[in-house]
Amino acid sequence: MNENISTTPVAAAAPKPENNSIFRHARYVVAENPVTGLAFGLFILIALCALIGPYIVPHDPLASDTTATLHAPSLKHWFGTDQLGRDIFSRVVVATRLDFIIAIASVALVFALGGFAGIASGFFGGWTDRIVGRISDTIMAFPLFVLAMGIVAALGNTVTNIVIATAVVNFPLYVRVARAEANIRREAGFVQAARLSGNGDMRILLAHILPNIMPIMMVQISLTMGYAILNAAGLSFIGLGVRPPTPEWGIMVAEGAANIISGEWWIALFPGAALMIAVFCFNLLGDGLRDLVDPQRRT
Amino acid sequence: MAKKAQKPSKLDRNRPTSMPLLDVRDLTVEFATRRGTVTAVKNINLTLAKGETLGIVGESGSGKSVTSYAVMRILDRAGSIAEGSVVFSGLDLRTAPESDMRDLRGREMSMIFQSPRLALNPIRKVGHQIEDVLLQHAQVDSDAVSERAIEVLEQVRIARPRERYHAYPFELSGGMCQRVVIALALACRPQLLIADEPTTGLDVTTQKAVMDLVVELTRERGMSTILITHDLGLAAAYCDRVVVMEKGHIVETAQSSAIFKKPEHAYTRKLMRATPRPGVTLRDLLPEGESARPKAVAKTAEAKAPAKKVKGVETPLLVIEKLVKEYPRQGGAASLAKIFAPKPAVQPDMFRAVDGISFTIARGESVGLVGESGCGKSTTSMMVMRLIDKSDGLIMFDGEDIGAIPARSFARLPLRKRIQMVFQDPTDSLNPRFTAARAIADPLLQLGGIPRDEVRGRCEALATQVGLPLNLLDRFPHQMSGGQKARVGIARAIALNPDLIILDEPTAALDVSVQAVVLNLLQDLKDSLGMSYLFVSHDLNVVSMLCDRVIVMQTGKIVEQGPTEQVMVAPQASYTRDLLAAIPHPPL
Repeated sequence: MNENISTTPVAAAAPKPENNSIFRHARYVVAENPVTGLAFGLFILIALCALIGPYIVPHDPLASDTTATLHAPSLKHWFGTDQLGRDIFSRVVVATRLDFIIAIASVALVFALGGFAGIASGFFGGWTDRIVGRISDTIMAFPLFVLAMGIVAALGNTVTNIVIATAVVNFPLYVRVARAEANIRREAGFVQAARLSGNGDMRILLAHILPNIMPIMMVQISLTMGYAILNAAGLSFIGLGVRPPTPEWGIMVAEGAANIISGEWWIALFPGAALMIAVFCFNLLGDGLRDLVDPQRRT
Repeated sequence: MAKKAQKPSKLDRNRPTSMPLLDVRDLTVEFATRRGTVTAVKNINLTLAKGETLGIVGESGSGKSVTSYAVMRILDRAGSIAEGSVVFSGLDLRTAPESDMRDLRGREMSMIFQSPRLALNPIRKVGHQIEDVLLQHAQVDSDAVSERAIEVLEQVRIARPRERYHAYPFELSGGMCQRVVIALALACRPQLLIADEPTTGLDVTTQKAVMDLVVELTRERGMSTILITHDLGLAAAYCDRVVVMEKGHIVETAQSSAIFKKPEHAYTRKLMRATPRPGVTLRDLLPEGESARPKAVAKTAEAKAPAKKVKGVETPLLVIEKLVKEYPRQGGAASLAKIFAPKPAVQPDMFRAVDGISFTIARGESVGLVGESGCGKSTTSMMVMRLIDKSDGLIMFDGEDIGAIPARSFARLPLRKRIQMVFQDPTDSLNPRFTAARAIADPLLQLGGIPRDEVRGRCEALATQVGLPLNLLDRFPHQMSGGQKARVGIARAIALNPDLIILDEPTAALDVSVQAVVLNLLQDLKDSLGMSYLFVSHDLNVVSMLCDRVIVMQTGKIVEQGPTEQVMVAPQASYTRDLLAAIPHPPL
């Protein structure tokens, strides 16, 4: 590994360094910290499951088979079957897509809302800052999972509402990061220069400041992806989320929980493990991305 | 191993004085980077006698700081001494164990850093910080330590040391902070003091006070001092000997009295020429043989210059009358008092940053606005720039009262095109995510009204005009040097062909040789485009070379204005005389 670091960059330091510098830097980060490489690998695996999972699984995830209930893991059923005889491996793989969609949708929503509110409050200060700040303080005043439960219970048990609840719960995190980053750039020379060039406030916000804080926001996105998946699964686990028989990791863990005591551990274990790996992957990825974008490590 | 002070150290203070205090032989410092090993300093030889003051001069990247870090053995993790030896008072510092080094640092050798504010712990009282050093090296008993700390503060000529002992760094001015840093460095009476750009970022008068203090203390105590600076004039004025470094090598060592008279190395000559000093013109700053103006500029000069002059119907371009900017005075105590005292404040406590100033700028004229930090010159330029609103007064631009237009809505007006600015820090003023071409194009796209497909061509023309190689246009700021970034900033400012450009210390962050080139470029552009300049700076030498007229500001007021020659040669105000006197005078 060490040899890689010292030799390849020298060889690649050709006259045009800017074109491949991101890839080179990524390679350097991965080489320096193999865990990040592992996280990228896991991410690709999860993304593949979400994209093509439903078409490649060996069994129909919804088809129950009364002749084969509660089978232990075997060659036919890799992860075993549940009390209705459904193939757990297929269900775990197919569930990836739903959990992934919930996580991505909620993170995209909170990034758009929280990110913008945060940049605006950091850039304008004054009343904008006060209002946005108090909103996020109010959200932070609740235990976050209880708040999410309350929102879903009040709005109704649908995927859309899970997405909204997860986004609301994450809102303060985005506001704080975006606000801090925008605030330190508010008086920067390049912002003043943009004003002299005739840019209005909104243009400065979106075209000049936003690109500069994107890297930090990417890290935030990755870190909250894991939390969003966990939140969605948690809501389903307590019955406030996706409804059975839809394959979803949280429901599957809930269904299997009762059977652990009678020895059928596989029903809860495999979806639980999938959940753990997904959250783990996004958290590691966040750390890796931070290394990738942190200018301190870029010299 | 850990021999605590009090005990005599390994160093023999009574060694014969003929031996140098510090002897650096063949020092080579390397840094392990991702792109392989980089040699920052190569085969350096230095000696420093007891009681001597040595100046190390060089531009950024010359390895002057690295040399001093290597002596103190405080190189960061990636750096290491690859070769050579550093002998301090008979002790080989290269092989000395870390515990010995810890004991030496602060007690036998000390360092003053560039930014005094960063060198002090912001949340501890300065007196306590001095006590830390004294206790660390067991210089005094703990019951006498606070008295000793006050004594140390007194020695660096801090007025009312007993009060200042309880001050936090943010309550002190930059010059005061630097005195505290000096007090920290000298608290244990070291034999060697390394001052790494101790006055960068300080005003000239403060610089003079700080340097005088350092030299005086050095003499008083028989210390040896290494002064690291980019300013050849400063080094020559305050040091016995000067070492000139370039790209990690020492190119010349000479007595400071001799170095200005007969510099031997070509690089020293180049540095010397580039140092602004009284009695020279801008062209003299450029290296020999490069005094001719760039061809591209010369060509446009004949074509464009007359066009703008015609417009000038002898009204001044900019008229400032009784301009005032007030800020509410903020203070914890004041606002608390406001809450608890029900009676309304009789007079709102306002601080006047700019206090009723009046001046004019004619077409094609360049006017220098000089003053120390906090005198209101930046506030003035921001108001003229219409980035902030005035409190009172008149700003007339070309017969139009632009002061009446709120700053917020000024950005989109066509008038915006006609007043532009070159910023102080070329790095900070370029968006890190924009390429050079995108940065130059920004004003063209927003205000220029140029079809998108012609923007690139215009950018290239502008780049040629400011002498920026076209292949750099697609680079990001971090891939360019300071001088190149300054050129991008200038190209952006002239992109819309403005009538007035405000130059806010455009060369303060640049090396002297780059400064010389940039100043000449600005002069050439003015000659060819017929713009007016408002040159804001603290450096009278630089201002005097570029400007026709000089305005001197102090605490929000204009104390003197007049033709450059007159202000420089026969200053009327005593403050102007102080400013002129504070400029380091190298022995010529």
